[in-house]
Amino acid sequence: MSTALLIIFLLALGAPALHRVLRGATGWAMALPVIAVTGWFATLVPAVSGGKVIVETRPWGPALGVELSFRIDGWSLVFLLLIAGIGALILIYAGSYLHGHRQAGRFFGFLLLFMGAMLGVVAADNLLLLFVFWELTSLSSYLLIGFDHERPESRAAALQALLVTGGGGLALLAGFILIGQIGGTYSLTALLGQAGAIRDHAWYVPVLLLVLAGAFTKSAQVPFHFWLPGAMAAPTPVSAYLHSATMVKAGIFLLGRLHPLLGDTDLWYQLVTGVGAATMITGALLALPQTDLKRLLAYSTVSALGTLTLLLGLGTKPAMTAAAVFMIVHSLYKGALFMVAGAVDHETGTRDVRALGGLRRVMPVTALAAGAAALSMCGFPPLLGFLGKELLYEATLEAPRAGILLTVLGVAANGIMVAVAVIVGYRPFHGGPARPAEVRHEAPPGLWIGPLLLAALGLVAGIFPALIDRPLVAAAVSAIRAGPGSVELKLWHGFNSVLLLSGITLAAGLGIAFLQGWAQTLAARLGPLARFGPERAYALALRGLTGLATAQTQLLQRGYLRGYVFITLASAVALAGVALARFGPVPLWVGFEDVRLHEIAIGVLILAAALVAASARSRLAAVAALGVVGYSVALIYALYGAPDLAVTQILVETLTLVLFVLVIVNLPQFSQLSSRRRRIFDALFSAVSGVVITLLVLKALHVEPGKRVATYFVENSLHAQGRNVVNVILVDFRALDTLGEIAVLSIAALGVLALLKLRPRPPKEDA
Amino acid sequence: MDSLILRTAARIITPLQLTFSVILLLRGHNEPGGGFIGGLVAACGIALHGIAFDTPAARRLLRVPPQRLIAAGLLCAVLSGLPGLWLGQPFMTALWGGSVPTLVAGTLKFGTPLLFDTGVYLVVAGVAVLMVFTMAEDW
Repeated sequence: MSTALLIIFLLALGAPALHRVLRGATGWAMALPVIAVTGWFATLVPAVSGGKVIVETRPWGPALGVELSFRIDGWSLVFLLLIAGIGALILIYAGSYLHGHRQAGRFFGFLLLFMGAMLGVVAADNLLLLFVFWELTSLSSYLLIGFDHERPESRAAALQALLVTGGGGLALLAGFILIGQIGGTYSLTALLGQAGAIRDHAWYVPVLLLVLAGAFTKSAQVPFHFWLPGAMAAPTPVSAYLHSATMVKAGIFLLGRLHPLLGDTDLWYQLVTGVGAATMITGALLALPQTDLKRLLAYSTVSALGTLTLLLGLGTKPAMTAAAVFMIVHSLYKGALFMVAGAVDHETGTRDVRALGGLRRVMPVTALAAGAAALSMCGFPPLLGFLGKELLYEATLEAPRAGILLTVLGVAANGIMVAVAVIVGYRPFHGGPARPAEVRHEAPPGLWIGPLLLAALGLVAGIFPALIDRPLVAAAVSAIRAGPGSVELKLWHGFNSVLLLSGITLAAGLGIAFLQGWAQTLAARLGPLARFGPERAYALALRGLTGLATAQTQLLQRGYLRGYVFITLASAVALAGVALARFGPVPLWVGFEDVRLHEIAIGVLILAAALVAASARSRLAAVAALGVVGYSVALIYALYGAPDLAVTQILVETLTLVLFVLVIVNLPQFSQLSSRRRRIFDALFSAVSGVVITLLVLKALHVEPGKRVATYFVENSLHAQGRNVVNVILVDFRALDTLGEIAVLSIAALGVLALLKLRPRPPKEDA
Repeated sequence: MDSLILRTAARIITPLQLTFSVILLLRGHNEPGGGFIGGLVAACGIALHGIAFDTPAARRLLRVPPQRLIAAGLLCAVLSGLPGLWLGQPFMTALWGGSVPTLVAGTLKFGTPLLFDTGVYLVVAGVAVLMVFTMAEDW
């Protein structure tokens, strides 16, 4: 697994360079390794469907409990195959879609980065590793939605998606950490062995709420659904891949993954089923009035995600089977329909359903793919979609509670889905002459091969369900339910209530499709209600956050150095003072018997220099006096056996002096601006600071330091091939800390550069 | 600054400082020194050249923009963590190779911590020089 990920990530890194060489062929060329990876996943199918779980572990951050560990079971394998397989098709598609685009190389890089991250999410065994990949999918989604970065709407949509899913991600991390605290491990394999312990733990409710917040934001569940239609600002390959087939299913994946740990409780049932049902019907209702192909599909995706969530909430075996099958079905037809929508947009220049018609004659292959995918979406036999819908109704009818209500909602939502399928997959291609009339030719093969293959797969798997039931679905269901189980899918169940419901759905859907115009009028009337919707809440929260940031910046960072020094010192004094008070009395008298003359001399020098610095009437004199203080302190370090520290102090002092002088040259003449009262206050404050720090030092003299740490470092630094303990700590024992510090240092330097060099300059007057 | 004495001195001291900074870096693992101090000494050397002549002259002496030193340093530091990962050990695990005796820096051992320390050297030197240049130039 790590090899497969490495291939994908390396490909992502090399994409811009590859694109420079291969140009138009990049998509095809990059699809090849991805197809190879898909093939490798396919070879795992027999073993996994035989009940084997493939585990691979490498140490990563052992002290933190983070391992580079992967776990491939039935549930992951379905996702792996879909992500890599559809990914390969999307790469080909994107190659044609973005043909000649200036930044296509970068686009491929982002897309592959996402693919690797998503494969990581579904294969990770360690919860923290899963989280890292999870965040990486949010990040790459941000880059992809905002790919058209010169358009402000794209950037806003990208930010919205990032903030919503990122916020959920934080909740998820908190949930994972709680799980880790309860179970004592972050390994899913180990946690699955002690599922009961988490369900019965007092923290179960917070854990569940946090994890669900993560899953629901990612999978666009009500009330977080609003980011998904916004994400349609992305180029269509992204919508097809991330925002219908894969990324938005990460939340669904997580629900399935953690079902054995957190599921099968009343709270799970109520929350997951409830939110799922609400999302299913909300998405369907919001889809109906849309006229943009992509937005129609986006809202229908929200509805489908709700259906999946509902099924995972039910927790029964038919429900899990339905979830696994519907997951596959939806990825196939929705990916295909999105790609078709993109192809239509690409050839005609519009995505407005009211302006499209009769494209069948000029785009026959695309029309074929669209028709097959739409039929699957409608749930028409013998396509796989029909099977998915049958299983859904079977599951809701047998639901432990509120079965009738769920079934009615399901029929209603699916009826609207049928209407959407007709509007998206049928209408643009049939009916009157091609409008706009200038469309003369079929889309290039790259644009129709993907949707055609996906639609064909839906047909083949529908006619021969044995291709997927035992090899894929059974293993997936047993992974979600943490128990063995066999699944046999049949296209024909005989005449029963489920078939009747399917018929009603189809008929209702066709009816609704004719009412779309009416739905649009209604939606226009209800438009103002949107101000009470969750998107409005998002906007308000964002505005509040910026307001808070502005307020606290104005409070803390007023732009006066004296203000910063005051806040820093006051905090230090307050904190040290409180700590000192809690540590008990400070011995005020230290013996002066063994103090030597030169030490006293240095002390006097420091004091005198400090006084000069404080009372100097020129900046240069003050800086020079401060330099004397610094060098004298360095002398003390040298005397007391810290040569490294002394050298560092001298060098830093020198450079600071140079910087000071460089700045002073640009400053106006020195003058006394602060009031007398202010100066008295400053003097008092300085005195208090000095006293507190002195007390702290006196106290430190009498605290016995832990000998263990010092001896440990001295003994082990020789193992680390060095006699200079300070350096060994910096570059070996705590190298990660040092890495962080030099990164911060670099950012600070770039900050200086940006502040001084990159600011807008006032226009020169003399010109 | 227009001072003949300073210029003459800088002509001699700057090369010495730069050489000394490398020695400090190399011997740092056993004796006082290391990448941090070495980087600061190097930055002082460049700064001295800049004060004695002018900032463009110091930029010419450095040959590359200081930002590039910072980037190269961060890259060295990160790369030094990877060999351990490759061998199945945690990121940043130290690995040591052969060693050569040197005249000025004791016995020099090659290993990933030395690469890391070189990274620190480059970052510190780059950061300090960048700040000095930025402040010294017109703003």
